[in-house]
Amino acid sequence: MKDNQQNLIRFLIGLGDDSVVLSHRLSEWCSNGPYLEEDIALSNIALDYIGRARMFYQYAAELEGDKRTEDDIAFLRNEREYTNLLIHELPINDFAFTMVRQYFLDVYYCQYLLQLCESTDERIAAIAAKAVKESRYHLKRSKPWIKQLAEGTDESRERVQLALDELENFVGELFLMEEWETQLANDKLVVDRKTLEANWNSEVQSFLAESDMKFPDSKIQIRGGRNGIHTEHLGHMLSEMQYLQRSMPGLEW
Amino acid sequence: MQTVNDAEEQLKFDQRIIDEQKIEPTDWMPDAYRQNLIRQMSQHAHSEVIGMQPEGNWITRAPTLRRKAVLLSKVQDEAGHGLYLYSATESLGITRSDLIEALQSGTAKYASIFNYPTLTWADMGAIGWLVDGAAIVNQISLQRTSYGPYARAMVRICKEESFHQRQGYEIMTVLAKGSAEQKQMAQDAMNRNWWPSLMMFGPHDSDSAHSGKSMKWKIKRVSNDQLRQKFIDQTVPQIEELGLDMPDPELKWNEERGSYDSGEINWEEFYQVINGSGPCNYQRIKHHKKAHKEGEWVREAVRAYQEKQNAKKQTNVA
Ligand SMILES: [Fe+2]
Ligand SMILES: [Fe+2]
Ligand SMILES: [Fe+2]
Repeated sequence: MKDNQQNLIRFLIGLGDDSVVLSHRLSEWCSNGPYLEEDIALSNIALDYIGRARMFYQYAAELEGDKRTEDDIAFLRNEREYTNLLIHELPINDFAFTMVRQYFLDVYYCQYLLQLCESTDERIAAIAAKAVKESRYHLKRSKPWIKQLAEGTDESRERVQLALDELENFVGELFLMEEWETQLANDKLVVDRKTLEANWNSEVQSFLAESDMKFPDSKIQIRGGRNGIHTEHLGHMLSEMQYLQRSMPGLEW
Repeated sequence: MQTVNDAEEQLKFDQRIIDEQKIEPTDWMPDAYRQNLIRQMSQHAHSEVIGMQPEGNWITRAPTLRRKAVLLSKVQDEAGHGLYLYSATESLGITRSDLIEALQSGTAKYASIFNYPTLTWADMGAIGWLVDGAAIVNQISLQRTSYGPYARAMVRICKEESFHQRQGYEIMTVLAKGSAEQKQMAQDAMNRNWWPSLMMFGPHDSDSAHSGKSMKWKIKRVSNDQLRQKFIDQTVPQIEELGLDMPDPELKWNEERGSYDSGEINWEEFYQVINGSGPCNYQRIKHHKKAHKEGEWVREAVRAYQEKQNAKKQTNVA
């Protein structure tokens, strides 16, 4: 039981990290998008993910016995302590990369969160129920973008292809389970992500096929995020994000 | 040249202005009225959009998750205001891309306040509190402007602006009651933003190039100096409440006038910034151009996709 509690906290912080890191990336588009409408839309998605991060961290903090706040968790851990899956932390690159990653994650979260709604932990189920609605909405936006970019100009298609090439390295990790996470899944507290891979593949493949594009079924599997092994990008993100809390510690903001 | 018909329309138009009726996009209006509106409304729209940059400068460095969410949604609101004002301006027969071109070429202006840098987190407080506060004072008066779409845009926008001001003031409150370093940060940000905020109301009434006609047409309803005074009067008690030192030693209550007296604005600085030589003018437009240029391939792709879809529909019909 004690073990399960520790694992659950670890799980919640991992999901919070996924959200906080992706929201940070999405917020980088603010005032930089190809349309003012896109600045608004991407900010909206970023806001949804900040909301998720806060819900996961708050719950983790409660389970820990309120020794830390959501902000302590977000702002006072370093690179090796962050446990997000790597795909979330990759730089925004260009608009094609941002949208392909978003589409991939939207498909993933729609499936993942729907199952997480069945968690035997009511609080987790409630967070998942709220978040899955958001992700369905995000997917409604990202899908048409992929289509337009894939079938627009030669340049936009090439950019989509480059995004697919880069993401090939990082999608696999979405479906790799840690041992402690498998224990939680056995207790029906969380979802076994492994089981989602086939569905994810077929949904993405058939959609890309409409535009005559492909994404490999068996992907390269770079892993490490959940164990604090990151790309070199995360450290830079955290040094920016955490700068105030680190340089003037222990204050109210 | 004015035709007989135009002269008649002009009379009708003048009467409608006198009667406080709203002018709508399809109504006849004098060309100078139209041009004046395009200038003012697009300037307002550009201000919302360029204003995203100084605050955007702190989104990735906001000190807590809650502050980050509030700031991001504020900046997102400003983008929405820009969008809304662009389409209101388009009702006057000009396209958004023309407006953006005028911004990038420097023919259209935006609020000079956004040409100052946001150096510390406290600027997020000072901007929300002072800059949005000044904007509200101005925009409330514009809810009664004579052009219908502009008046309605102001009503809608003002609702969100009061949330912006509150979040700014809240940031200032926390800092002003925080550590010595935080308090210093708040004082400094207020000092730096105070004068540029007063400049937002424009030149003195006696020196204002566009004011006379705008007032006559009821595009503008309250004069620059009156609006500025209103802002000063509502803000000084808030400075006291925060426990910060006055940013202007000449700020003093004038019993007779029932208003605060204040020092003179540095008008040389005002014109310098308006004419393009503020600390961030170059950077703001450069940023806007860069984002616009980098997005060009996306817009091209959207157009190409649309054309392909249209062509498909055509062959399906045929
Ligand atoms: Fe605004
Ligand atoms: Fe405004
Ligand atoms: Fe605002």
